[in-house]
Amino acid sequence: MENHYYNAEDLGKFGNIGEFQKPLADKFFAWYGEVFGESSLTAKEKSLIALAVAHAVQCPYCIDAYSSDAFEKGYSEAQMMEAVHVAAAIKGGAALVHGVQMMNKVKEIAM
Amino acid sequence: MKSLKAQGSILSNTQQQIDILEQGTNQNNSSKQLLFTEKLEALEHYPLKPTQLEIFQINVGKMCNQVCQHCHVDAGPDRKEIMTVETMQQCLDVLKANASFKTVDLTGGAPEMNPHFRWFIEEIKKLNKHIIVRCNLTIILANKKYHDLPDFFKQHRVEVVSSLPFYSKDRTDRQRGTGVFGDSIKALQLLNRVGYGVEGSNLLLNLVYNPAGAFLPASQTTLEKEYKEALQKEFNIVFNNLYTITNMPISRYLDYLLRTGNYEKYMDKLITAFNPSAALNVMCRNTLSIGWDGFMYDCDFNQMLDLKVAVSQEHISQFNAADLLNRSIILNQHCYGCTAGSGSSCGGAVA
Repeated sequence: MENHYYNAEDLGKFGNIGEFQKPLADKFFAWYGEVFGESSLTAKEKSLIALAVAHAVQCPYCIDAYSSDAFEKGYSEAQMMEAVHVAAAIKGGAALVHGVQMMNKVKEIAM
Repeated sequence: MKSLKAQGSILSNTQQQIDILEQGTNQNNSSKQLLFTEKLEALEHYPLKPTQLEIFQINVGKMCNQVCQHCHVDAGPDRKEIMTVETMQQCLDVLKANASFKTVDLTGGAPEMNPHFRWFIEEIKKLNKHIIVRCNLTIILANKKYHDLPDFFKQHRVEVVSSLPFYSKDRTDRQRGTGVFGDSIKALQLLNRVGYGVEGSNLLLNLVYNPAGAFLPASQTTLEKEYKEALQKEFNIVFNNLYTITNMPISRYLDYLLRTGNYEKYMDKLITAFNPSAALNVMCRNTLSIGWDGFMYDCDFNQMLDLKVAVSQEHISQFNAADLLNRSIILNQHCYGCTAGSGSSCGGAVA
């Protein structure tokens, strides 16, 4: 067992999760493949959404995978950073909008 | 930027490149890389044999007006190796005697910089062969003497295949040099003006996409659609097809991979993406590549690694069709570049 939780090489081993439970892994990868295919949204658009979500969920494997994927699919550095800002703004906004809840509570109890 | 040769780089020695391809850089898992020949053995296609002698690809010289970061030829203004008229005549003799060669594909460097280029095209045309010129676009604007190239190409019904690594300035200039995008756009407009790429003209203008970095090309179909939309909208440019070509881990691109610490990861990417159907359609099976000095190779990449065809008579002056058809194609780890993902050839994806 490695003495750290994240290892870049593990990304390449993602497909091996079927080793412990194959039917569910097969279902996941089939679904995953379909999700990212060309459909009502293009594969390119989906890649940028994935990049933003990867940052929101702070998954280093996903950031590694979709930074490459989005750049390979033709997004510029500026476009990719703007997508990350969208993720950050939603996360920041999500924290901040709870300020209303805080205000509600304080107003409820304050004289 | 100078060529690797002018810089005195160790990579200008082809054996050094082959050593790196075969042994890796002694980092990470290079020693674990599966041999390309083993992959073909598993497909029962080793040794790899030609299917026919159909495309006659001639590299008329390493001289070029550009110095691109990914160039597998290590071409540039400082390269003086160009094909002589005598060697061109030997090529013409072979083309005349061998009807199986339907297409002549001229590349370089910038092939137009060879002083005998126009004469050569005229002579090939007399033999009724389809001619492709791999034109880097900027050469058309580089000097007054090249300004009429679009008309010359049109006159001889030459198919023009041109590199445009991306439909944006940033990525193109990063790979091919500052100002290349702007000049390429002007050149494409000049080609359009004489009818190239225009529907119904029968004047073929195809573009080539190369990744500007250590990654594989995205889908050829998707990129072609994006290129067509962007170039039409921004510059009113039309063209026929887009060919996505994978960068081979040799020469200047190998230098880039090594300098940036991307070599092992790039090789892993190529190997992981090995596609058996691309492997069966590799271009070396129907192509013969001729170097500026007349030696014959299985492809332009083997040419740049100085891996000559595996027959006893290696020079175009000693051409023997039967021997060449029976030869085994020389393979090494760089061949993974042609079999990754949708595959790669001088005509784009193959699978």
